[in-house]
Amino acid sequence: MSDNTLVKKQNARDEAALLPPVDVIEDASGITLYADLPGVPKEKLTLQVEADTLTIEGEIDLDMPGGIEASHAEVSLPRYRRVFTLSKELDASKVAAEFSQGVLKLSIPKAAHAQPRKIEVQVM
Amino acid sequence: MIYRSLFPRDLMAELDRLLRDTQQNFHFSPTIRGIARGGFPAMNVGGTPQSVELYAFAPGIEPSTLDVQIEKGVLTIAGERQRQKPAEDATVHIDERFEGRFRRVVTLPDDIDPNAVDAKYTDGVLRISVGRKQSAQPRRITIQ
Repeated sequence: MSDNTLVKKQNARDEAALLPPVDVIEDASGITLYADLPGVPKEKLTLQVEADTLTIEGEIDLDMPGGIEASHAEVSLPRYRRVFTLSKELDASKVAAEFSQGVLKLSIPKAAHAQPRKIEVQVM
Repeated sequence: MIYRSLFPRDLMAELDRLLRDTQQNFHFSPTIRGIARGGFPAMNVGGTPQSVELYAFAPGIEPSTLDVQIEKGVLTIAGERQRQKPAEDATVHIDERFEGRFRRVVTLPDDIDPNAVDAKYTDGVLRISVGRKQSAQPRRITIQ
């Protein structure tokens, strides 16, 4: 065992997290991303765009009675995290997010210069 | 039923199959309903001396369409999750979220009271709280 294993993981990025399932759909105007984050209240959802990296993070907060003992757990970690790399034609400054009933909907529009335009073919 | 991969060189699919095989082999006598892990909705179950608490992680469902039933000590959660159809000119790049009808069946302990059931749906989690019978709750016996 090397000494490195003794170093405490302090960075939140190093903490174990569940990978939420997503759907990514692209059309002419941009990309729409849906992510399932059940159990995450709105105030514990964090969305971050840093350079071309999109990070989705959420903390699960369930209403549990005192003295509860788990007998079966399929959701075994209290947080979700997923990171995506955006491509440069997307306008990260105009991301719109909706969150309801544990489903996140992100709309990432394409930058104006990347919008589709028809190219006329000249006949000589 | 889990089939062998049609593309044996797909390493991730092979690893997935290996993991499932291992899980099945570790369960020498799985329950009659098979290994429930990996189904939709994912469930956590816990208990207190007063109640049995079930959490079903079913995001994005209209609560009125959820069907929760208790019959003969068996709890059934059924419903359907519909997805908005993508527009015709749209491309689906990633498609991982569950879509369609689902049903999960859980056997409850013997000491539950089927009349003391409470179900709530918040943040995409259905929480079902089933009370235990009064007679089954621990009592302190006074010594005369």
